[in-house]
Amino acid sequence: MKRHILSGAMLLGATLAFAAPAAAQGSGSATIDTIKSRGMLVCGVSTGVAGFSLADSKGVVQGIDADTCRAVAAAVLGDVSKIRFVPLNTTNRFTALQAGEIDLLVRSTTWTLGREANLGLLFAGINFYDGTGFMVKSASGVKSVKELDGATVCVQPGTSTELAIADYFRLNKLKFTPVLIQDQNEIQNTYLAGRCDSYSTDASGLAAFRFQQGPKAEEQVLLPEIISKEPLGMMVRKGDDKFFDVVRWTLFAMLQAEESGVTSKNVDEMLKSTNPDIRRLLGAEGDLGKAMGVDNKFAVSIIKGVGNYAEMWDRTVAPLGIPRGINNLWNKGGLHYPPPIR
Amino acid sequence: MSEGSVRTTAQLAEAARDPVPAIAGIAAAPVTERARPNAAAFAPVAWARANLFSGWISTAVTLALIYLIARWAIGFFDWGILHAVWTVPETATGPDASACRDAKGVGACWAMIGDKYRFILFGRYTYDEQWRPAIVVALFIGLYAISAMRRFWRKELLLIWIATLTAIGVLMWGGVLGLTYVPQDSWGGLPITLILSTFGLALAFPLAVLVALGRRSTQLPAVKALCVLYVELIRGVPLITLLFMASVMFPLFMPAGFNPDKLLRAQVAVILFAGAYLAEVVRGGLQSLPRGQYEAADALGLSYWKKTSLIVLPQALRLVIPPLVNTFIGFFKDTSLVLIIGIFDLLTAGKVAITDPVWQSYSTELYLVLAAIYFAFCFVMSRYSHGLEQEFSRTVRR
Repeated sequence: MKRHILSGAMLLGATLAFAAPAAAQGSGSATIDTIKSRGMLVCGVSTGVAGFSLADSKGVVQGIDADTCRAVAAAVLGDVSKIRFVPLNTTNRFTALQAGEIDLLVRSTTWTLGREANLGLLFAGINFYDGTGFMVKSASGVKSVKELDGATVCVQPGTSTELAIADYFRLNKLKFTPVLIQDQNEIQNTYLAGRCDSYSTDASGLAAFRFQQGPKAEEQVLLPEIISKEPLGMMVRKGDDKFFDVVRWTLFAMLQAEESGVTSKNVDEMLKSTNPDIRRLLGAEGDLGKAMGVDNKFAVSIIKGVGNYAEMWDRTVAPLGIPRGINNLWNKGGLHYPPPIR
Repeated sequence: MSEGSVRTTAQLAEAARDPVPAIAGIAAAPVTERARPNAAAFAPVAWARANLFSGWISTAVTLALIYLIARWAIGFFDWGILHAVWTVPETATGPDASACRDAKGVGACWAMIGDKYRFILFGRYTYDEQWRPAIVVALFIGLYAISAMRRFWRKELLLIWIATLTAIGVLMWGGVLGLTYVPQDSWGGLPITLILSTFGLALAFPLAVLVALGRRSTQLPAVKALCVLYVELIRGVPLITLLFMASVMFPLFMPAGFNPDKLLRAQVAVILFAGAYLAEVVRGGLQSLPRGQYEAADALGLSYWKKTSLIVLPQALRLVIPPLVNTFIGFFKDTSLVLIIGIFDLLTAGKVAITDPVWQSYSTELYLVLAAIYFAFCFVMSRYSHGLEQEFSRTVRR
């Protein structure tokens, strides 16, 4: 017991002593300077989550998280290919960012107060809105989670999903029996074999799973309730506000480009546009990019390299069969609301 | 295998303890030969009757097992070859796996391996440069083959090792001789497994010998205490803990911006861990040597290092070949634990390959292939040690 306290104290001391200077040293735009002198952005991604960051057969990392990294590389260095991906898992992702091994973490990480307050890290934006959902077989006739009283639910142990379900069922005074299975493949096979009435995980994962069933997709239904909020976003170290700005406005530029109808195909024509919003976004007018510490035409590099948000979505997440839903723009019924670029 | 090895060690130890057992060894041999002729002298039919059909229980068990094995083999043949899907059409958006989906449960989907084999073997290594890790794997295998042949066992072998390992480093990293630079983050697959285990064991072995000698030393109590501390500390924690320390804690203790390579940190952890285990194996060999050997060497007036290198170690190491190889095989497979710190070794690369939504439900095929690769390496190691052991025991008997 004593040893636990001692090692805990050592760990805490080490974290305080070494994480603090790492954060303080990044005053001004130290991160941007480092990236420029290195000529490469180092971005932390997952070891493999389909649609977010997953190496394809040729070893190229694909996905919405990977493309968000590429967009930041385009904003800072003007080139989407000047990037190095560091695969991280849930245990070492924050340390890698704290220790300066990576410049940016985009690893389908949920934005929570606890993480922002405790880790010396900061969320720069939300590139994907997710939430815990439920799937049932359409033959069961269940239309709402409220009807799942006494049901067996297949869920991965130790995930935020497990916690969210327990909270939700307790709050609604419902009973359920969890069937805990670690491996994702196995959990899906178990559910298909009929050992659980329902399968619960992130809504994006459920949609992708349903899509993979091919012609049999009709046999599965996603229930309408999303019982937890999982905003997934990009993280940077605290203390480097300029780099934080660049990461945040990289995402906003992609969203604004979609809103203004600027795509990777028409960006060159759009440079001649008379619309002041578009002219400011693309740096044809004003010094917004320079004020941020990057090139005035940073948005042009982003859009040429990765496209606007919709193009990125269609390339990475849409093939999994995930509907745009709340990830749409604010004026199309979604939650993405980029502040004005002016 | 292990049972046989233990017996041989015991025989060897017995033989080494006393010159007389050399005669005992000769005497013992006919005993086994006398027991065998019953089986060996007659045809397989007689052998089968004696061993498989000696009574009605034995016959029933044999028949039941034959039935089960045959059913399993036919089922596997059906699934793995007869109804298997070998290729799927390539479309603009990627491979079209509908053929595999239709065959699910009936036939294997080897098309998945065909699509992903380069990723499984070489990870995220730059696609056009993957001939480099392929050569690296060939170099490793060549290195093992040369080191295995006794006629190459001389000082020059060390030079060959250094040259080959340098060549491997140059090929993997590049950046010189017109090769493009490939950062370590994008290495993966089989080369990572081979690098971790080869460098790990090659560097851990000398460390282990020194630690074992240090632990046995009577004149240097400080060194002895240090060696005991090292071995007990490392053996007291799981390998995963060491890997976590290396990957998660270590960077926090370093000044910002100073980040030794992730693979290097894992490699050091593996070396330290393997070193502690091998040290105990070597110490076992040292302890089983009879005191007479040490005393005889002292009587000849040999210095400590001469005594150790000429008399003690050659005999001690020979005695511990089976446990050494056992540890080697264990560590070859333990390298797959680096998956928890996000390094793409063979197993991790395979797991990532089946994360691809197209191939998500074909894990059985993948694990069969990975198992075959691991088995090939481990089986060769075990056969080799068996051969080595017999060769050595022959010299001892003579």
